[in-house]
Amino acid sequence: MSSQSLSTKKEPFIRIIKKTEISVGKTIVLSLLALLAAIIAGGIFILAIGQNPFEIYTTIVKGAWRSSMATKGTIKIAIPLLIAALGITPAFQMKFWNIGAEGQIIMGGIFATYFALFFDHLPHGLLLVIMFVAGMVGGGLWGLIPAYFKTRFGTNETLFTLMLNYIALYMIKFFIEGPWRDPASSGFPKIATFTKNARLDQIFGVHAGWLIGLVLVVVLFIYLTFTKQGYEISVVGESVNTARYAGMNVKKIIMRTMFISGAICGIAGMTQVTGAAYTLGEGVAGGVGFTAITVAWLSKLNPLFILVVTLLFSMLEKGCSVMQSTFGLSSAVSGILQGIILFFILGFDFFTRYRFVFRKER
Amino acid sequence: MLKMKKFWVLIFVAVMALTLSACSKEGKETSNTTDFKVAVIHIGDPADGAGYTYAHDLGIVKMQEELGLSDEQIIRKNNVNDTDAVAITTAMEECIEEGADIIFGTSWGYMDTMEQLAAEHSEVIFSHCSGYKNNGSNMNNYFGRIYQARYLSGIAAGLKTQSNMIGYVAAMPIDNSEVTGGINAFALGVESVNPDAKVYVKVTNTWFDPTLEGQAAEALLDMGCDVITQHGDTTAPQMAAQARGVWGVGYNSDMTKDAPEAHLTAPIWNWGAYYTKATKEAMEGNWSNDNYFGGMDDGLIDLSPLSKNVAEGTEEAIEAARQRILDGYKIFEGELYDNQGNLVCAEGEALADADITGAMNWYYKTVEVK
Repeated sequence: MSSQSLSTKKEPFIRIIKKTEISVGKTIVLSLLALLAAIIAGGIFILAIGQNPFEIYTTIVKGAWRSSMATKGTIKIAIPLLIAALGITPAFQMKFWNIGAEGQIIMGGIFATYFALFFDHLPHGLLLVIMFVAGMVGGGLWGLIPAYFKTRFGTNETLFTLMLNYIALYMIKFFIEGPWRDPASSGFPKIATFTKNARLDQIFGVHAGWLIGLVLVVVLFIYLTFTKQGYEISVVGESVNTARYAGMNVKKIIMRTMFISGAICGIAGMTQVTGAAYTLGEGVAGGVGFTAITVAWLSKLNPLFILVVTLLFSMLEKGCSVMQSTFGLSSAVSGILQGIILFFILGFDFFTRYRFVFRKER
Repeated sequence: MLKMKKFWVLIFVAVMALTLSACSKEGKETSNTTDFKVAVIHIGDPADGAGYTYAHDLGIVKMQEELGLSDEQIIRKNNVNDTDAVAITTAMEECIEEGADIIFGTSWGYMDTMEQLAAEHSEVIFSHCSGYKNNGSNMNNYFGRIYQARYLSGIAAGLKTQSNMIGYVAAMPIDNSEVTGGINAFALGVESVNPDAKVYVKVTNTWFDPTLEGQAAEALLDMGCDVITQHGDTTAPQMAAQARGVWGVGYNSDMTKDAPEAHLTAPIWNWGAYYTKATKEAMEGNWSNDNYFGGMDDGLIDLSPLSKNVAEGTEEAIEAARQRILDGYKIFEGELYDNQGNLVCAEGEALADADITGAMNWYYKTVEVK
C-alpha cells in the first residue's frame, strides 16, 4: 500500500480505490443493506407526504403480483427491459459504451412494423419470422453505424449512440405523420392497429416475448461464456492491444459485437410493436433503452442476474403505478420514490466496486 | 466505532417509531354504500392546476359530489402517455382489476387500446373522449360543441384587439378538424364584431408542451398580435401574452388565475355534465352506448367568467350572441368562404356537427397560417 507515510508529498485526504476482489457473501450483504437503506429513506419520504410507509410498500409488492392480470402486467413490463438489457451486455462487456439501446429498439420496431403493415397477407408464422428478422436487422444496423465510425474514424461511441436515439425517435414521427399515417384517423397522426395476423401469439396469457427473452438469457450466457467469439469480446474489453497481439481482428470484432448488441435490442422493439402495442407509437421504447443500462450494469453484465434485476425493476414500476391510483397520489410521487430507491441501490453499488482510503494522521 | 453503531441504531429506532405512530392514525375507513367504481385515465395530472386534465378532473369531482360517491370509488390514472399502448393497457387493466365499472379515457390517443380492451372486457363500460369509435355494445365516445364557446370567445378577442392581429396557438394542423373547427368558429366570432381583424395560426404539433406552446405564442407576439388564444393543454401562451403586457383567451379551464393581467375569458368544458349523466346511467343499469355530443344548452360547454381585462361592451355582445346560439344559431351557417376563396357553405344552409368536428379541413377566410 502506498499510504506508508513517507511524507515527502502531501497525500489527498480521501482517495477512491477500486477493489480488486469482493466475495459473493459480502456483495449480498451490501446489496441487502442497500435495499434496507433505500426502504428506510423511501419510508421517510412517504411519511413526509402523510402516508403510511408499510401500507405503501405492501401495495407496491401486492400491486405487482396481486392477480393474474397484475402478474401479466408486470411481465409485460419486464419483457422489453430484459431483452434490451441483454442486448447492451455484449457491447458493455467489450467496454463499448452503447447508450443507444433506445434507438435500436425503435429501429427494430420500425422495421418490424413495415412488414406488419404491408405484408399482413402472408401466412402468420412466416410473417412473424420475417418481422423477427427485420427487427434484428433494423436494430443491428442502428448499432453497426456507430461501430463503423468508431473503428474507421475513432469517433466517441457514447455520444454517437446517444444521438442516434433522437434520430430514431424522429424517424417514428416521420412515419406516423407521413407515409404510414392511418388513413382512417381523420387527421390524427397515428399508425393503424396491426391486424390479428401480424400480432405475436400469447403463451400463458402473455405475448411470446417472454419466451424469446428467456431463450436469449441462455443463448447469451453460453455465447459470452463458452464461445470463441465471447472470449474475443472479453479480450477486446480488457485490452485492445492484447487482442491485437493475439492476432484478433479488433475492428471486425467491434462491428460484429455491436451488430449483435443492436440486433437483440431490435428484438425488444419487434416484440413491443407486435406483442404488446399492436402498433408503432412514439412511446414504443419509452425509456426502456436507458433503464436497461442500469439493469445490465447492476447485474454486472451477467445474463442470469439480469433476469433477476429486471423482475425487481418491473415489480417496482408496476407496483408504483398501482400505488399511485390506490392512494390517489400524484404520479410524481411514484417517480420520486423510484428515484430514491434507485439512488441508494446505485450508491451502494459504488461501494461494492470502490473503497475509500483516508489519509493517516501522524 | 461503537458510537457510530449506536447512532445508526438510534436513527433506525426513530424511523420505526415514526412509522408506527403513522400507522395508528390510519384504520379509519369510510363505509361504502355501494361498490360501483369509476375510473379515469388522464393524459396529464390534475395537479397541473389548469388546462385539459384539470378541467376533466373538475368534472370527475363534480360527478363524485353530485352522486355522493366516496373517494374509494374513484380511480385515477395520471400521466398516462397516449402514444404508448403498453402504458395505456397497463393503466386500464389496473382499473379493471380494482373493480372499475366504467372507464373514462380522456385523450384521443387512447382510442385504439380502449377498443381492444372493450372487446376483452365486456362487463366494463369504456367511454372515450373526442374519438370516433363505438363498438355497438360497451364503448362509446363523448365530445361537444366547443365551437359555440370558441365563437363567443372570439367576440371578446375581436373587441379587445388594437392591432387587429390575433394569434392562435394550435395543437394540430389543418387536417385535424377538432382544432380547425375551433379556429374557424373563433374567427367567425372575431369577425362578427370586428371585420378588420385577422387570425394568425401557429401549429405546435403537440397537445401538451409548455415550451413549444410558449414559443409559438412568442412568435405570434413578435409579429404584432395583441391577443393570443390557444388550442393546447397548457397555460404557456397566456403567460407569454401577460409577459408582453397584451391579452389572451385561454382554453379548457378558466386561466384568469394563471395570467390575471392578460386573460380575458376562456371557452371551457364542464365535463361534469357528462360524467354525472354517464355514471348515473351506468349505476342504474340503463347506460346506452349512444355517442354523446353536448353543447351550451346542456351545460357541457361554457365561457369562463369575463375578467376585468375585457373591452367595454364585451359582456353585452357576448350575452346577445349566447342568446342567439341558444335560440338556434348554428354559427357555421349562411354563405361562408375559406381562405382560398372556395365556397364552403352556401346561403341558407348550415354545416352538420359531424362535419365541424370530423371533416373540417379548411380555414375560414380571415385565417392565415404562419
